Amino acid sequence: MVNDKESRKIVDIIQDFARKSSLFVLAYGTGCGAIEIPPTMTSRYDAERFGIRGAATPRQADVLLITGYLATKSLKRVIRAYEQMQNPKYIIGFGSCTINGGMYWDSYNTINRLDMYMPVDVYINGCMPRPEAVIAGFAKLQKLIQAGKADGWERYQNNLEFYRKNQKKIIHNWVMPDYNW
Amino acid sequence: MDIGRFLLTSITTTALAFVVGMFYAGFRRKITARVQNRVGPPVYQNFIDVVKLWSKKSNITHGVMQHLAPLWQIATSITTLMFIPILVDSTFFVNLTFKGDLIFLLYLMVVGSLGMALGAGEGGNPNSAIGVTRGLTQMIGFEIPWVMALVALMIQHQTTTIVGLMDVQQASGTWLMFSSPFAFLAALLAMPGMFRYSPFDIVGAPAELASGPISEFGGKYLGTLMTNGSIFAFVKLVLYVDIFMGGATNLVLLVVKTFVLYMFPVLWGLVSPRFRTEQSVRFFWGWPLFFGLLGILQAAFL
Repeated sequence: MVNDKESRKIVDIIQDFARKSSLFVLAYGTGCGAIEIPPTMTSRYDAERFGIRGAATPRQADVLLITGYLATKSLKRVIRAYEQMQNPKYIIGFGSCTINGGMYWDSYNTINRLDMYMPVDVYINGCMPRPEAVIAGFAKLQKLIQAGKADGWERYQNNLEFYRKNQKKIIHNWVMPDYNW
Repeated sequence: MDIGRFLLTSITTTALAFVVGMFYAGFRRKITARVQNRVGPPVYQNFIDVVKLWSKKSNITHGVMQHLAPLWQIATSITTLMFIPILVDSTFFVNLTFKGDLIFLLYLMVVGSLGMALGAGEGGNPNSAIGVTRGLTQMIGFEIPWVMALVALMIQHQTTTIVGLMDVQQASGTWLMFSSPFAFLAALLAMPGMFRYSPFDIVGAPAELASGPISEFGGKYLGTLMTNGSIFAFVKLVLYVDIFMGGATNLVLLVVKTFVLYMFPVLWGLVSPRFRTEQSVRFFWGWPLFFGLLGILQAAFL
């Protein structure tokens, strides 16, 4: 196989298949959307049949699930959790609040657009999205991973200055360790 | 045995342990799912997980000991595997048996956990430290009935090798689980603690301890730990089958016997809530210890 920029080697295809079929999810229950995660994982909708299972710590996780609005305080914790995850890593923005603020768009203590602060791979629309929609979002993410297009972590590395600038606008007391990947 | 043949057979043995152990873990996930009225992941899901973990592009450690801890564990598991006869009188599989290897195995089987304790301590995560403390405390719990069961067998049959115990079963025609039932019960009740399945999964409880000792291990380190888990599960099952169920003469029989034995901790775990550390130690020092004592009395006086 020719290894130019456009084509992908067989090993990439195998690795991407494995990444797609085994998603360890760190469900960060920031907002009300977290209530939709238990039915997604348990017997009614059973996300584990697609290889989606919960991870206990950021170190073990592949997908960070931002379930709803992010308060300015919890943004800092989410960033730390995200930076502790190992590459390649993906973010799913869950619910309207991560897209444009949703019903909290003029609130003084929530952020409106999540992708100003963190690279989002897939958005799931809805207030709040039902488990079917959540699984559809995961299926979208799996398609992107298989095509090699879920590159949020690369965007974060390449545009770290941009994200840091926006993050520091919200987080005034910035006492965080450096991001080392 | 020349070195080339030894390398070939040891790699084959390890690969067999890995594949069988991985499929057992997959079946466990599938059975868990079916019991909970779910469809569950495919049985080969654990292979995909390991490939995924090994194809992570960044792997963080907090120091040399944490880097070495998964290697330490997997080295211990493979070494233990080399001392266990896979099949009865097999000329192919590696078996470095020597006089007293049962006592040696008792020590060797806990070395991996000690290496893991050092590695987890270096991560600096408080969950790891708590998990290690609980794990070592629980180990004191289940090691005592397990050692008593083995001591009972050693006294009764005047041998300290696994091959010796297998020969006893070959000669008499009955499995030791029937001729020494108390020792078998003690060892069997200690088994879920050894596997750390529910109800003895307080060590790595994901909801309370953020998976305990392995909480700082990601990427290829977690992949190595999963590989080690499957190999070590196979090691323990084959050891039990060798000692109590007369070993196996071919691979199919081995897989059947180990799978039946493996269902005991799995199915018990499915219907059990989680014990606290002191509750699990109290459990192990109750009936399993009593059965171990009965086993020693039976060996010494009957």
